[in-house]
Amino acid sequence: MMATTPDVAAGPVPGRARWWRRLGAAASAAVLLAWATLLPAEVAVPPLTGRIVDLTGTLTASEQAQLADRLEQFEAAKGSQIAVLFVPTTAPETIEQFSIRVVDRWRLGRQGVDDGLLLLVAKDDRTVRIEVGRGLEGVIPDAVANRLIDEYMVPRFRGGDFAGGVTVAIDRITQLVDGEPLPPPAPGWQGREGSGGAGAALPVVFFLAIVAGGFLRRLFGQLPGALLTGGLAGLVAWLLVGTLAVALFMAFVGFVIGLAGGGGGGWVSRGPRRGGSGGGFGGGGFGGGGGFRGGGGGFGGGGASGRW
Amino acid sequence: MIRHRLAAAFLLLAATLLSGCGYNAMQSGDEAIKAAWAEVLNQYQRRADLIPNLVRTVEGFAQQEREVLTRVTEARARVGAIQATPELLNDPAAFEQFQQAQGELSGALSRLLVVAEAYPDLKSDQNFRDLQAQLEGTENRITVARNRYIEAIRAYNTLVRQFPTNLTAMIFGYQPKPTFSVQNEAEISKPPEVSFGTSG
Repeated sequence: MMATTPDVAAGPVPGRARWWRRLGAAASAAVLLAWATLLPAEVAVPPLTGRIVDLTGTLTASEQAQLADRLEQFEAAKGSQIAVLFVPTTAPETIEQFSIRVVDRWRLGRQGVDDGLLLLVAKDDRTVRIEVGRGLEGVIPDAVANRLIDEYMVPRFRGGDFAGGVTVAIDRITQLVDGEPLPPPAPGWQGREGSGGAGAALPVVFFLAIVAGGFLRRLFGQLPGALLTGGLAGLVAWLLVGTLAVALFMAFVGFVIGLAGGGGGGWVSRGPRRGGSGGGFGGGGFGGGGGFRGGGGGFGGGGASGRW
Repeated sequence: MIRHRLAAAFLLLAATLLSGCGYNAMQSGDEAIKAAWAEVLNQYQRRADLIPNLVRTVEGFAQQEREVLTRVTEARARVGAIQATPELLNDPAAFEQFQQAQGELSGALSRLLVVAEAYPDLKSDQNFRDLQAQLEGTENRITVARNRYIEAIRAYNTLVRQFPTNLTAMIFGYQPKPTFSVQNEAEISKPPEVSFGTSG
């Protein structure tokens, strides 16, 4: 950048100097780019892969499974969604800033009840936070969350016993929440995502299958069109509900609709447009596991943080 | 032929105007801002409600910190004197004043917590620790509520300023709304000045 300044005053610029100037510009652009990437960037919100998300490898697989199991049972019994997240660091943000971004994305807890809770541990920062959903602020006010951190987690974390600290805290939290008169979980929770979610997704998928089904059938012919419709229906159902079983069911429904839909208008000739991709795409909706999803609960920044 | 083309153009224009005028979006944006602002006020109120208890608790352990305590009480009184109504949003000067008063209270409170560090008995008092946790939680809620308010304002102001929705805003006389400025932000996060004995 510096070297280019004298050239400006040097009247007609020789070809070589121009080349140098261009190089300088490119170099400064590169430096700027590198600088921009070096500027502290926010830690991305990790995907919600389960009730326990450990990005630090602190908890063993069996500890994770045990905790996740307990939290799943608790949700089945009480309806409240609790998740645990371990990250190495939240820098450059504070743990509070990062935590609210996580829960805004994950949306733990039921919509309207807002009974979600996140236990966040930033291991290298040595900070911990309990982020309490709006609906649980009454049963776990900030002072109580603070005591949970101070009395149960910090002493164990100091000794390196992360699994123990988290387990005890989750124990206490579930006990507290259990005493709160929350609305009961949706009937037949085991099939909740299967039946309730499917019920919500069914009209959408039906409508889509009928509209898209007719269209795809005309474009690709009957069988590939139906397969495509099935795949599409499965994909949409999976995006809407997030359960594999429902997606499979919807894919089947879409396939049947696509196959049996009303007589084709035939504005595209059927024969030659048989795309080979039809069959392969049919299974597209079934990738990925239907796992744990936030129920749409809201957070207002309540809870407490601590350090060890 | 020409008539057909005119009709088509008119249809196109009508469709653009109806879908793109942004009137409805502005209405829902306005409601979102009101809701976000109510939450900000709610959390400020929650903080103000905590203060008498906090002051009383600190007084019990540290009577000699009169000046800091008085400053908190005074700042709270100034905040309470401002009518925090939704109309505040449409009056930039009053909004500014409100922000300043809240900022002063934030400063006075953080000064109080710094002072409290020097009193081990106070720090280990469970009542004080609970109050401190509540205060920290409320400060965090204020931050969250303010950020959501800023986000709601940003969406609304974009609509009011952007073409073509700005024409709708012009017709109905909608103005961009004030938000928390960077200057305010700096003022609030600035550590409070400490003066020894000059003002008594």
